[in-house]
Amino acid sequence: MPAPIRLRELIRTIRTARTQAEEREMIQKECAAIRSSFREEDNTYRCRNVAKLLYMHMLGYPAHFGQLECLKLIASQKFTDKRIGYLGAMLLLDERQDVHLLMTNCIKNDLNHSTQYVQGLALCTLGCMGSSEMCRDLAGEVEKLLKTSNSYLRKKAALCAVHVIRKVPELMEMFLPATKNLLNEKNHGVLHTSVVLLTEMCERSPDMLAHFRKVRQLSSSQLVPQLVRILKNLIMSGYSPEHDVSGISDPFLQVRILRLLRILGRNDDDSSEAMNDILAQVATNTETSKNVGNAILYETVLTIMDIKSESGLRVLAINILGRFLLNNDKNIRYVALTSLLKTVQTDHNAVQRHRSTIVDCLKDLDVSIKRRAMELSFALVNGNNVRGMMKELLYFLDSCEPEFKADCASGIFLAAEKYAPSKRWHIDTIMRVLTTAGSYVRDDAVPNLIQLITNSVEMHAYTVQRLYKAILGDYSQQPLVQVASWCIGEYGDLLVSGQCEEEEPIQVTEDEVLDILESVLISNMSASVTRGYALTAIMKLSTRFTCTVNRIKKVVSIYGSSIDVELQQRAVEYNALFKKYDHMRPALLERMPVMEKVTTNGPAEIVQTNGETETAVLETKPPPSGLQPANQANDLLDLLGGSDITPVIPTAPASKPATAGGELLDLLGDLNLTGSPSPVSAPAPQIAQPPFLLDGLTSPPLFNDIAAGIPSITAYNKNGLKIDFTFERSNTNPSVTVITIQASNSTELDMTDFVFQAAVPKTFQLQLLSPSSSVIPAFNSGTITQVIKVLNPQKQQLRMRIKLTYNHKGSAMQDLAEVNNFPPQSWQ
Amino acid sequence: IHFILLFSRQGKLRLQKWYTTLPDKEKKKIIREIVQIILSRNQRTSSFVDWKDLKLVYKRYASLYFCCAIEDQDNELLTLEVVHRYVELLDRYFGNVCELDIIFNFEKAYFILDEFIIGGEVQETSKKTAVKAIEESDMLQETVEEYMNKPAF
Repeated sequence: MPAPIRLRELIRTIRTARTQAEEREMIQKECAAIRSSFREEDNTYRCRNVAKLLYMHMLGYPAHFGQLECLKLIASQKFTDKRIGYLGAMLLLDERQDVHLLMTNCIKNDLNHSTQYVQGLALCTLGCMGSSEMCRDLAGEVEKLLKTSNSYLRKKAALCAVHVIRKVPELMEMFLPATKNLLNEKNHGVLHTSVVLLTEMCERSPDMLAHFRKVRQLSSSQLVPQLVRILKNLIMSGYSPEHDVSGISDPFLQVRILRLLRILGRNDDDSSEAMNDILAQVATNTETSKNVGNAILYETVLTIMDIKSESGLRVLAINILGRFLLNNDKNIRYVALTSLLKTVQTDHNAVQRHRSTIVDCLKDLDVSIKRRAMELSFALVNGNNVRGMMKELLYFLDSCEPEFKADCASGIFLAAEKYAPSKRWHIDTIMRVLTTAGSYVRDDAVPNLIQLITNSVEMHAYTVQRLYKAILGDYSQQPLVQVASWCIGEYGDLLVSGQCEEEEPIQVTEDEVLDILESVLISNMSASVTRGYALTAIMKLSTRFTCTVNRIKKVVSIYGSSIDVELQQRAVEYNALFKKYDHMRPALLERMPVMEKVTTNGPAEIVQTNGETETAVLETKPPPSGLQPANQANDLLDLLGGSDITPVIPTAPASKPATAGGELLDLLGDLNLTGSPSPVSAPAPQIAQPPFLLDGLTSPPLFNDIAAGIPSITAYNKNGLKIDFTFERSNTNPSVTVITIQASNSTELDMTDFVFQAAVPKTFQLQLLSPSSSVIPAFNSGTITQVIKVLNPQKQQLRMRIKLTYNHKGSAMQDLAEVNNFPPQSWQ
Repeated sequence: IHFILLFSRQGKLRLQKWYTTLPDKEKKKIIREIVQIILSRNQRTSSFVDWKDLKLVYKRYASLYFCCAIEDQDNELLTLEVVHRYVELLDRYFGNVCELDIIFNFEKAYFILDEFIIGGEVQETSKKTAVKAIEESDMLQETVEEYMNKPAF
């Protein structure tokens, strides 16, 4: 059989193929030739054949039949064979094939080979694809090589050890003795890999970390000072051509040392103290004209922010980030925004100084930069700058990409709710959002907005007028139309009577109002929910309008035969109101009272729990008559461990009319619409005050600058779901802590129907506001935010038990967790 | 570093180095996805892309895209330097390296990469040392082949 063609020949030939089919044909032919060559056990050309196979593998063709051949090459004595064999092993083999274990013996032999390049090949392969079994078998050899004086091998052994530790963490201990004098090397390769090894050990094991902080190394100096010295030498030493990159000496090593210092200094005063000077030195002396210098500065900033550094250093770090923001290089701006986002909670004031630059970044062309700038902007909004910031953010909402609009809208609502300087401003802002991004507003925001509007009593006329004008032109944006319909239904009388104080009242007749509502009903663009809103609004107007009652009656009766079941049901009931229960109509459709800020769309509970642990013995108070929301009761039971609990306080109003204010039911979400209008004896609907709702929690306290320095915590992080808590304390009421939770999802699929519930010990009181949505998008591309208010009059240590339910990858997920890591500043 | 990919502007793969274990099918899917993401980015955007729970750092050199996937705590700017250093090593070895060099000598590109990075971490920060190691290994190779009196492959 003729000699198999050479690799380069093959490559050249394949590249001449003009179509995919032609290429496939060539490949198949060659594969066949290779297979028969393998069958013949041809030693001479095995190397060549495997090389060709690897090329074809890279093009995407199957190459598994070459796996055994790779092993044979590795076992061969020829260096060329070994080189290709190991390369093949790294490309074609991994721990999932049983075949790979056959390599172990070969590698063991090669690790003890006389030629260092063979040893190097073995170390490299083991360090790249070694399975846990292989690692266990060969760890001893690696450890031996870690102590050799040959720096070429030592550096490879160090990285191989890193891989072993990653695969089999229990083996970490065995490498400890060898690390004693790793840092005494002069060779940069060894130094670098040693630092990587030490970093890996410290990151994985708190014991190791403690050990390295204290223990004296061989040359009788501790680790931190040793690292500081090495770093200093790198900075101060003159030009070293071998390691120089744009005037900086071995930036790779510098960055790794800075990272190790970060880990050593975290939460440790002594270590942090020891590195203060060098960090300041690096921060001020590093050349910033090229990417290299900035890479080092970036790492330095990360380290300064993470350790217990003195405040001067921290300010220096943030200023560096501020300078980064002004840099022309996009990458640097990106990196700066990311870092600022991480530090904004702890060093809020310092970051505030750079607010205008951050806001400028909203106009950047790069999508990732815009997103980070937006998140950062929301984090920086406070009572003092809210007007200016909102202007910028609203402008951003107008012009940004659709993927941002929902998050931006939610963020604006949240910020407006917390910091609105006046009710008029608040309403205006909401209006602006609804009109510019109305279709992107999350559905859950609608009830929230409605409730806000109800509460601003003096603004009703103004609000309804603006909303009316907004939908007059265009009624396609569903959330806007829903809010507008509800308001028109409630305050239509104010609209036609022209009572508006805040702006020029418009002249509207009752018929015109009904026209627009009917258009909404008829329009194809209206969702079913929207139609529901419109119909109920029309119905409510029957008591507020005087001349058009007949028209209303007609409309309502038409929809009694609507195909849409929901509409039909409503219409039939309203019809009945007109006919049989007309005497009750005015009472039922009366103006809604101001609602308490208690939301039941999410799991809102004012809960009294009897104590901390699993076996909770609870006071049983008889639940108020009959209207206990069933699902809430169940949730509570689950949350508190399934013991025989009756929830003490319902948050749903104790009694309410079943039909009037269909929107009220929508709003509060959990009572079922009964089939027939249940005669309600109480004429005026009263919402029972949940007895334990303290006044301190109803009016949104105006926060000044966020109390600096309450660190945020990660309360939960499992299965790709991460929940962070950030804290604010009220200046007006020191027993109140406001926790904003942010839930993010790093998996590849969205989490839907996400519900967050919380319970606290007896001495606390808890209020959950509405979440921003119930879907956490995948890939960390968005978050759900929700605000929790905690009242802690006895200033006890805050603890919380949380329950998470959501749907993910088609199955329902549920988890319980305890949050115990609240920082002291959040409750003291 | 979790993996390194080199691909042309037409999306053809020139090198793939994986430092984590994944099934073949998964790798192919990832490659397709990432190539698409990166090729669709325009000039004005940054070199970083958030992807799943990793960060992609990419840079274009002539007709080749170099892409690394790093973890959240890794330094993106330094990764750009890592990529640049790899290109410099290739350049030093091949002398004014171009895409064709990498196509026809892909196995050498891998060898050079393996002298620079092991298990996703940098092993050697001196250009001179890394290239020297490759050249000496090459000499081992030729010597053996000379002995066999046959060309390498």
